[in-house]
Amino acid sequence: MLTIREYKKAESLQEAYELNQKKTSRILGGGVWLRMGDRRIGTVIDLSGLRLDQITEDVDEFVIGCMVTLRDLEMHKGLAEYTSGAIKESVRHIVGVQFRNCATVGGSIYGRFGFSDILTIFLAMDTEVELYHVGRVALSEFIHMPYDNDILVALHVKKTPLSICYLSQRNTATDFPVVACAVSEYGNKTHISIGARPARAEVVTTALFPADEEERRRAVDGVLSKFTFGTNRRAGADYRRHIAGVLIERAYLKIL
Amino acid sequence: MIMKIQIELNGRNIEREIEPDLTLLDFVRREGCYSVKCGCETSNCGLCTVWMDNRPVLSCSVLAVRADGHAVTTLEGVQERAEEFGTYLADQGGEQCGFCNPGFIMNVLAMEDELTDPTAEEIREYFAGNLCRCSGYESQLRAILNYFNEKRGKV
Repeated sequence: MLTIREYKKAESLQEAYELNQKKTSRILGGGVWLRMGDRRIGTVIDLSGLRLDQITEDVDEFVIGCMVTLRDLEMHKGLAEYTSGAIKESVRHIVGVQFRNCATVGGSIYGRFGFSDILTIFLAMDTEVELYHVGRVALSEFIHMPYDNDILVALHVKKTPLSICYLSQRNTATDFPVVACAVSEYGNKTHISIGARPARAEVVTTALFPADEEERRRAVDGVLSKFTFGTNRRAGADYRRHIAGVLIERAYLKIL
Repeated sequence: MIMKIQIELNGRNIEREIEPDLTLLDFVRREGCYSVKCGCETSNCGLCTVWMDNRPVLSCSVLAVRADGHAVTTLEGVQERAEEFGTYLADQGGEQCGFCNPGFIMNVLAMEDELTDPTAEEIREYFAGNLCRCSGYESQLRAILNYFNEKRGKV
């Protein structure tokens, strides 16, 4: 059972950052993951008063605040248009509307969870995370950084023209994915992000896939060899690898 | 540490002193809103659905302190609308044990406010987070479709 000794609604990011330097402090996102398990938290720091729940858009990028909910992400018209509906596809299987009204982008991305659909899809886009202390870092770099006491303030998604598709495989609807897959083409490259391996998503960038079917299959096999897959209660490694290959092909055919 | 919060609960402004780790679910039940149930402890089942500022959320996963300054609505606060939809549910046999119904009805009414003329597929998707161990969901879907069709004059 979750126990919290103290609650603080931060009045500034600086205050939140200073409070978060204590080992027993935790930033409060949506709370849906935090509530699981038997944590004893000293101070929970609420960012909900800092107006970080907005998605703003200009000519160059989308800025997605850390307190934006997954439902907000799902319903945002600009992101839907930019990703041809892939963002909606990445979140619509996540439990239900009520859950997505609670879960936040910041909590999902900062957690770098293996099961994360949205980490998978954002890795296939030109995405940076904005950390309060460190500044902006490529998401592909952030996923390898150790957990620390910094605060994820926002995601920046550059509006690089792209084609993208998200697909996932689940044993039952609304469950964690068995494999999550996002394929995109931008900057004259193909970007393949595979998550729920069951490890967290990683992205491989390669030359544009060949048009010839046989050559493309070989290219997909080459990409798959760069990912590691594991076994857990939901699926075996071989099954995951096979399904990932199928999803990459299907996603690629959708973006052609 | 005890905290003081102010919440508009079902249209009534209340001020309470609570523990920081009290969930919104436990808070509303302390206030007599027993329609709100605890079903799963894993944020999955939707039984605990309430509205926070008119958006459906899982009260088991929201800290009551986070609701400070916000409006919270339970089934007790929308009884007239809930009773109206309830007749459609009963008509289609969409209620058996009844345990999932409060959270389910809260989500139906939220969907009515949010979506315009949803298709059956959109309805199924909206209700993915409301689990029912009894019904198999078809009777509930028929009830919702009948409710929306009559409301929109498409009898």
